[in-house]
Amino acid sequence: MGAVRRFSGSPWLLLLPSIVLLVLLFGWPLAQGVLAAFRDGDGFTLAHWERLFGDPYFLRALRNTVLLIVIVVPVQLVLATGMALLTQARPRFLRTHFAIWCVPLAVSELAAGLVWLSIFTDRGYLNSLLVSLGLSENGVSWLGYQNTASMLFVVVVAEVWRATSLVFVILVAGVQVIPRDFDEAAQVFGASAWQRLWQVTIPLLTPSLRVALILRTILALQAFAVAQALTGRDFPLLVGETYQWYVNLQNPAVASAVALVVLVLSLGSAAFYLRAMRGQEAR
Amino acid sequence: MSALPPVDPRPLRRRRRRAALAQTACVLVTVFMALPIVLVGLAAFSSPEALDEFPKSLVPSHFSTATLAAFFGGTGTIPAFGNSMLAGVYTVLASLALGGPAGYALARKAFRGRDAYQVFVLLVRALPIVVLSVPLATLFLRFGVYDTVFSVTLLHTALALPTTVLITASIFVSVPADLEEAAKVFGCGRFEAVRRVVLPLALPGLAASSIFTFVLSWNEVLGAAVITLGHRTLPAQVLAALAEAPQSYRFAGGFALVVPALLFILVMRRYLVNMWGTTLR
Repeated sequence: MGAVRRFSGSPWLLLLPSIVLLVLLFGWPLAQGVLAAFRDGDGFTLAHWERLFGDPYFLRALRNTVLLIVIVVPVQLVLATGMALLTQARPRFLRTHFAIWCVPLAVSELAAGLVWLSIFTDRGYLNSLLVSLGLSENGVSWLGYQNTASMLFVVVVAEVWRATSLVFVILVAGVQVIPRDFDEAAQVFGASAWQRLWQVTIPLLTPSLRVALILRTILALQAFAVAQALTGRDFPLLVGETYQWYVNLQNPAVASAVALVVLVLSLGSAAFYLRAMRGQEAR
Repeated sequence: MSALPPVDPRPLRRRRRRAALAQTACVLVTVFMALPIVLVGLAAFSSPEALDEFPKSLVPSHFSTATLAAFFGGTGTIPAFGNSMLAGVYTVLASLALGGPAGYALARKAFRGRDAYQVFVLLVRALPIVVLSVPLATLFLRFGVYDTVFSVTLLHTALALPTTVLITASIFVSVPADLEEAAKVFGCGRFEAVRRVVLPLALPGLAASSIFTFVLSWNEVLGAAVITLGHRTLPAQVLAALAEAPQSYRFAGGFALVVPALLFILVMRRYLVNMWGTTLR
């Protein structure tokens, strides 16, 4: 009786269903994915990787993905910090502004791509504006397949629009727990607004900035539908390549290999951040 | 009686200038966030002929629902819409049923392995879905559940589960344990106390977390596109149709995918900060 009682009170009974599902749906496929990328009918092989590296799209996808992260993540952190500080200035209609700033939070990647497509496509709203202002004769081919720079620009704009809200919400939560007294004390001692920002607010906001940085880097590595909706395969990204190899080229093995590259990059960047941050704290 | 010293208007002026500056910045950000949605809405409500005009006027020359009608009349759109709804609802139910108890355990019990479990959950969250989609497709093929709403539900539940566990944990923490104790003192059993006292108090939070899960499932595209063929969700359907679809289909599709997001923000305004703030810390 006693044993039964202790058993029914065990928290593991409540945790078990979630553990089983996660192991089944994450652990098992993960192992299978690794195996698939290194195996064919006869056993161990590197053929899939040779095929992948021989594919001209792969290196472009890798480069584009890295470029996208390097540009988008810092822009988002700065923009979202600015937005979070603006909410502290208590402007008028704050509630309305806040709600609108959060809208992209619920907009899917694919929808975000399609939304910006209406602006950047050849006969879209931006070119219409440029032409009617007389700034351009026929508009700019923003998404032309040879225009890598402008494609990158468009994808960056769409990603910044879509995902800054997430950083913003994290930072707002962080800003709210900073006691107002600190800022007021600094003000009493004659610190300028700029000094207060760098000496008081930003240091107190670091934990939130950290979370946002890690989360956004990992999520940006998985970006795919934005570029797919805007450019098709003209601006390849790593996850988009997995989709191509699996759905259009019907090659699950190479698709798994690309997926592993994404996995390694995610784990690598997370480990890098955690290590760099721990080093900072020790000082 | 001595004259008062002259008033220095400068600080006040500086303050006003700053307030005006902040106000302008807010309006600029709002325009950046709202304008694309307004524009895709205008495109979706333009007739196909008006979409072909160049340069386009900001207000379309012909308002029409023809573009949206063509999108919803397209093959597979309505069934895909239904699949998305079903997958979303099933995902909410499954992740609450599996993640809720875990969240409750994390909130109420101190036990060995608690931290390990939390790290496990966070690790899973950090795994990119792309790694799982392809092997899962093979697994689902083998068990004969490939291309079903059930398989999409499984995948989305696994994706949503870590967040559900962490969010429900923070919700249950905010329900005072005293009330539960009191219920037990007055003769409720363990489960009865949870059902009659804890759950009603946690309900608003659980509802918020459910809507969040639903949106996650509604927006997910890669996994759904890889593990289904005939029974696609709406985003997967739109993605698959992109290659051969005309522009009008894309704009209408983009708009159709955005509308639920607007509703979501409208309903969830109050919860947004708390939800992310307390779970991501």
